[in-house]
Amino acid sequence: MVENRPFNTFMAYLVLAIGVVIVAFPVYLAILASTFDASTIINGNMPLTPGDQAAENYYRTIFVGASRSTREPVGTMMINSFVMAMGIATGKILISILSAFAVVYFAFPFRKTAFWVIFITLMLPVEVRIYPTYKIVADLGLLDTYTGLILPLIASATGTLLFRQFFMTIPDELLEASKIDGAGPFKFFKDTLVPLSVTTMAALFVIQFIYGWNQYLWPLLITTKDSMQTIVIGIKKMITTQDALTEWQIAMTTAVLAMLPPVAVVILMQRLFVKGLVETEK
Amino acid sequence: MAEVTLTNVRKVYAGNVEAVKGVDIDVPDGGFCVLVGPSGCGKSTLLRMIAGLETITSGEIRIGNRVVNEIEPAERDIAMVFQNYALYPHMSVYDNMAYGLRNRKTPKDEIDRRLAEAARILAIEPFLQRKPRQLSGGQRQRVAMGRAIVRKPQVFLFDEPLSNLDAKLRVQMRVEIKKLQRALGVTSVYVTHDQVEAMTLSDKLVVMNAGNVEQVGVPNEVYRRPASRFVATFIGSPPMNIVPGTVEGEGRINVAGRSIPVVDMAAGIAPGTAVDVGLRPEDLEHGGAEGIALPVDFVEELGAHQLFHGRLGEVEMVVQAPTGDIDHSLKTLSLAIDPAKVHVFDRETGRRLGRG
Repeated sequence: MVENRPFNTFMAYLVLAIGVVIVAFPVYLAILASTFDASTIINGNMPLTPGDQAAENYYRTIFVGASRSTREPVGTMMINSFVMAMGIATGKILISILSAFAVVYFAFPFRKTAFWVIFITLMLPVEVRIYPTYKIVADLGLLDTYTGLILPLIASATGTLLFRQFFMTIPDELLEASKIDGAGPFKFFKDTLVPLSVTTMAALFVIQFIYGWNQYLWPLLITTKDSMQTIVIGIKKMITTQDALTEWQIAMTTAVLAMLPPVAVVILMQRLFVKGLVETEK
Repeated sequence: MAEVTLTNVRKVYAGNVEAVKGVDIDVPDGGFCVLVGPSGCGKSTLLRMIAGLETITSGEIRIGNRVVNEIEPAERDIAMVFQNYALYPHMSVYDNMAYGLRNRKTPKDEIDRRLAEAARILAIEPFLQRKPRQLSGGQRQRVAMGRAIVRKPQVFLFDEPLSNLDAKLRVQMRVEIKKLQRALGVTSVYVTHDQVEAMTLSDKLVVMNAGNVEQVGVPNEVYRRPASRFVATFIGSPPMNIVPGTVEGEGRINVAGRSIPVVDMAAGIAPGTAVDVGLRPEDLEHGGAEGIALPVDFVEELGAHQLFHGRLGEVEMVVQAPTGDIDHSLKTLSLAIDPAKVHVFDRETGRRLGRG
């Protein structure tokens, strides 16, 4: 339907603009707060234009950290978070592409069962299985290690499902052509499936990187050393201090810093990401 | 170069579905064998068994003098062209064609040499660095053929390679495939459901139906002397008319109240036996007072030919004649036929009741 009603168009844009303002304002506020000193924020009359403390705040946050609550510079936390998110995202991709490969292309006993078992784990998020998982990780002596942070979160039903669905759309003739061309299962995987899956991998990477970056409960449980805490935990610790004033300028700067890597990942991989989710060309 | 021999080959799928019911075919070295039949007749299954993509339930398949039943597809020395081309979408045309050779550890200069030759034969040199998605259907088809050629296999297998192309291109590629196969002299097995492709390409035509081979022969023989009612109606366009008839005596059959002579008819069929009589639309002629009367319902114009549609009792009949030979305003045709061109089939089994 082609319509040209300026008033309707105007209203539509107005509603959308209000929506954008509502979503964006708190983010703007956080960025703003990271440019003032503590007293300006605390007294409740923060101006809506940036202050002059940005350099000082960011320097102190990244290299020194909140003086009382976290005791570690946010730079360390960012590295921890980054290692964890990268580990989880790449680990998930690796595990799920392999399990999807097995489930789709190999006929083994209880193949359907295996798939459904993987599928059912979708209903068991970390929170549900947290006690047994903690027990296992603790018994293996993996507390306060990157391995402990990453390994239990790697198994991914979502990823397996996504790759399975993608593999199902690859025509069987491609597998048969490979067979006739003398490629064994591993060569088929390496030469055909992996190159074709690049966009799916990118989509999964974006989703899982953000998932890993935002993990809170699991790192909170298994990290005890300050040097192992992640940035999400760091923010929380900075805000709820018991015996001192919250250093809001540091907390806000940390929040802004915590937003950057996921935003960067989304922007960098946006095109591949969208392609991976809507891909039809085979 | 090798001959392909199938001996009593059967395929039974899980659930006791018998897709191929004991097939014997022998394709001579350098021959072009076409398997034709309606969908679900087992022709593709048979081809995939020769390729090694399906297991063989029982029987024996030989390529050259090797029994290949238990041999991996890659080791059978075959190349296959698929219906949807099955080109690797992420590889360039060059890599698509070279992939199989690299997997076989063929030296680089040998690969280059073979590819250059195949590209020249197929006229795809300008596209070697492109990806398959940048090519048209016909070009992709050529690349798929090229991938088969560079392997220099003993046998080419074609699985309905032209069915994704438009009509004009199909005719063109059909001719090219035939020329190419002649030039290379490689034994070929070709599956199609298109009877025109089957007739034009093959020097050995195998008509299949419901897992059985109905007839094997050179195309003209299959067309001129179909071994069964099924073959008669499957090969030929428009299909052969099948009308009920009654045997009157040696070499005479009563069709729609008219007695017509038949040359090719088995001896000793009891008079009064009900049979099916096959009359090709193009063999029927209009004229003479004593012919079979066919009321005309409508006339189809094909340009060079006209098709006269009518009903003879319960059965639909079609008569094909060069445009202008029969006055298209006629309400009734009086049909006659050369006695040598009448086909007689058993009403029950559908087999031809011919001499010898």
